[in-house]
Amino acid sequence: MAVKVLIPTPLRQFTGKQSSIECNAATVAEALGSLTGTFSELRKHLFTEDGKIRSFVNVYLNDEDIRFLDKENTRTKDGDTISIVPSIAGGSRRAGK
Amino acid sequence: MLLLAKKLEQEIRDHGARDYPHECCGAMLGTDGDAGAREVRALFPLINRRDDSPRNRFSITPEDFRAAERAAAERGLDLLGWYHSHPDHPARPSEFDREHAWPWYSYVIVSVDGGVPKDLTSWQLEDDRTKFQPEVVGPERVAGQGEKD
Ligand SMILES: [Zn+2]
Repeated sequence: MAVKVLIPTPLRQFTGKQSSIECNAATVAEALGSLTGTFSELRKHLFTEDGKIRSFVNVYLNDEDIRFLDKENTRTKDGDTISIVPSIAGGSRRAGK
Repeated sequence: MLLLAKKLEQEIRDHGARDYPHECCGAMLGTDGDAGAREVRALFPLINRRDDSPRNRFSITPEDFRAAERAAAERGLDLLGWYHSHPDHPARPSEFDREHAWPWYSYVIVSVDGGVPKDLTSWQLEDDRTKFQPEVVGPERVAGQGEKD
């Protein structure tokens, strides 16, 4: 299955400046595995040491958050687009102030 | 160095004043030059989705993030970073800002004192995530800075 993975700007320094990468994958896990196999520097930004997707990384298959699908095991089909979406947050003070 | 035209800088200040005492937030779209200077070409104001503590927190939903990336792509620009306000607080990143930051992005902070926008600063997270480095903000290219012959 040919799928496209969209790379957010902070991670493009690890993909040779490419904003999207095509790969063959039957599931989201396979696509991310193929991606980090080719671009090994990406691994530590996307996965924890025990191989789980980091909590402030969101992964979308087309327009759906994979948390609401079958998570990493979500199946992909030809022409699907996977988006890596960083969580963006901040604030001026510690909570409770 | 972050090139930010006076007009765009004013838009960030105005957004901070408008949303006071809440934090405002938005995306910055532009070009990232190889010579070390990035230039903001357009802003993409967002709604602060932190209904629980909007005075000292902001968060950008994945939907807003994707809308900002699409807006950048449609204009042939990159999503360079994010701006937010610090109501009644200095224009310096907090520990919470650092914990949630990503390398590479520019993070612009405007302090808003009693409703009046004051200092505007920009920051970049170091790749090892330990701290922010200040990034010079200028309205135009300074000779000899960020330029190659
Ligand atoms: Zn902040």
